[in-house]
Amino acid sequence: MKIRAKSHLKISTQTQQKIAFTFLGIASILVIVPVIVIFVILIQKGLPAINWQFLTAMPRMGMRAGGIFPAIMGTLYLVSGTIVVALPLGVLAAIYLVEYARQNFLTRMIEVAIVNLAGVPSVVYGLFGMGLFVIYLKLGVSIIAGALTLAIMILPVIITSSKEALQSVPRSFREASLALGVSKWQTICCVVLPNALPGILTGTILGISRAAGETAPILFTVAAFYLPRLPKSIFDQCMALPYHLYVLSTQVPNVNPKIQYGTALVLVGIVFLLNLVAIIVRSHIRSKKQW
Amino acid sequence: MSKIETRGLSLFYGNFQALIDVNVQIKEKMITALIGPSGCGKSTFLRTLNRMNDLIDGIRITGEVLIDGENIYGNRTDLVLLRKKVGMVFQRPNSFPLSVFDNVAYGPRIHGSKNKAELEDIVEESLRHVELWDILKDKLDHSALNLSLEQQQRLCIARLVAVTPEVVLMDEPCSALDPVATSKVEELMAELKKQYTILIVTHNMQQAARVSDRTGFMLLGKLLEYGETRQVFTNPKEKKTEEYITGRYG
Ligand SMILES: Nc1ncnc2c1ncn2[C@@H]1O[C@H](COP(=O)(O)OP(=O)(O)OP(=O)(O)O)[C@@H](O)[C@H]1O
Ligand SMILES: [Mg+2]
Repeated sequence: MKIRAKSHLKISTQTQQKIAFTFLGIASILVIVPVIVIFVILIQKGLPAINWQFLTAMPRMGMRAGGIFPAIMGTLYLVSGTIVVALPLGVLAAIYLVEYARQNFLTRMIEVAIVNLAGVPSVVYGLFGMGLFVIYLKLGVSIIAGALTLAIMILPVIITSSKEALQSVPRSFREASLALGVSKWQTICCVVLPNALPGILTGTILGISRAAGETAPILFTVAAFYLPRLPKSIFDQCMALPYHLYVLSTQVPNVNPKIQYGTALVLVGIVFLLNLVAIIVRSHIRSKKQW
Repeated sequence: MSKIETRGLSLFYGNFQALIDVNVQIKEKMITALIGPSGCGKSTFLRTLNRMNDLIDGIRITGEVLIDGENIYGNRTDLVLLRKKVGMVFQRPNSFPLSVFDNVAYGPRIHGSKNKAELEDIVEESLRHVELWDILKDKLDHSALNLSLEQQQRLCIARLVAVTPEVVLMDEPCSALDPVATSKVEELMAELKKQYTILIVTHNMQQAARVSDRTGFMLLGKLLEYGETRQVFTNPKEKKTEEYITGRYG
């Protein structure tokens, strides 16, 4: 009798376990299903639109034909501008916070501010950018205003990941360097930064991929509705993929859906590629990291 | 004149006094061992000599530390020069994740030797000094982290030798090594003694007795006894020293 009761119990824990596993499995499948569905649909409907001409030609006939070249280039310009501004600023801020600042009220406030900035909706950044850069600083609707706005948006990501990367460099490296009579700044440049670089790069790429895909921050600061030429300078407007996609889908009647899907595929492809680079960098470094 | 002299040296971590009125004179080109129970302030003392303690928040130091007759806590001290002169070897080998060559060349490069031939000479000489040259001369471009712990510890010493210090501080340099590797590093120390003033912290009584000329016994932040190693080990003046050496302490 006793044994039976026990074995009965055992089966029921096993069943419990099975049920739990099933639910966990379902949950994780539910996570990847949307990703796969989006990719399949985009590829299925967008791939036929993509050819050399689509990628390299100007849009024609009110964007109903031709290519998306200026939008691709505009996004690349914006992304480069964003890196140029956000990377040095973010890394320097992180260096200050990790290596120099003492723990006090001010640094704690800065850290709280960074966390909160990361949660601000992107449209707020867009309006802020318009107010500050476009109107107040009189930069006009321009690449530089857009890049600055995007840079501010991704600064929290870059600062946070750079801080983590700097903190993960072992203290013993710093001590070894300082004990050789190397100054603190030289130690940061020669030992700490090279070892933190992979983490910094990963964070930067993730920030950049977000910047590449956002519409709201560029809406009021840089994006041109229809500008079938390349920008002449950083004070010029430009087209950009996310905004172009929005325009194609909502503002222009009778667009061949092929073009819409093709544009979406190019945008997702760029973002995906950037993320892939981040993943590869990270895993490459992780396999090489020996401390 | 003694190479290192401390006068009334006290150190506080916040409110906790970790060193209490330490007075000592350390002669040039000798090995001085510091022994004492865990937490008595050996590492703290060692780190006052190259001001590595400065990195810690809330630290306060009173008294004087004279190196070659100059107070390193005076306000004219150049930390870079001080730490070039007073080098340090740590408990765990802390080679950089760089090649063997770049590890040794790290200090000289930053201190201004840009010339490749000059660097090559420095690296060779430093590695010879720690008897790694014959083993590593064909592997200079290999990562230092692939070496054995003992070789890494030697490499760290070579990295130090490359910036031509005068004093070498060693904080339990053998605690991560096995007995064979330990005895090799001890031989190296005896060799280095010809050129450098060496201070070593150790928990290993035999090691202190074997390698050192002078021994200091620390207890609860005080330097309780300091003298010739033979005398300290065979005929200690203080009862506490005797108890510690014979293993009867605490
Ligand atoms: N950064 C610090 N802040 C506060 N107290 C500290 C700090 N570092 C060390 N101490 C304290 O100072 C005392 C001396 O520490 P120290 O590391 O010098 O001892 P030690 O003799 O080297 O010990 P061990 O043999 O374990 O290495 C200990 O009581 C320790 O707790
Ligand atoms: Mg110690």
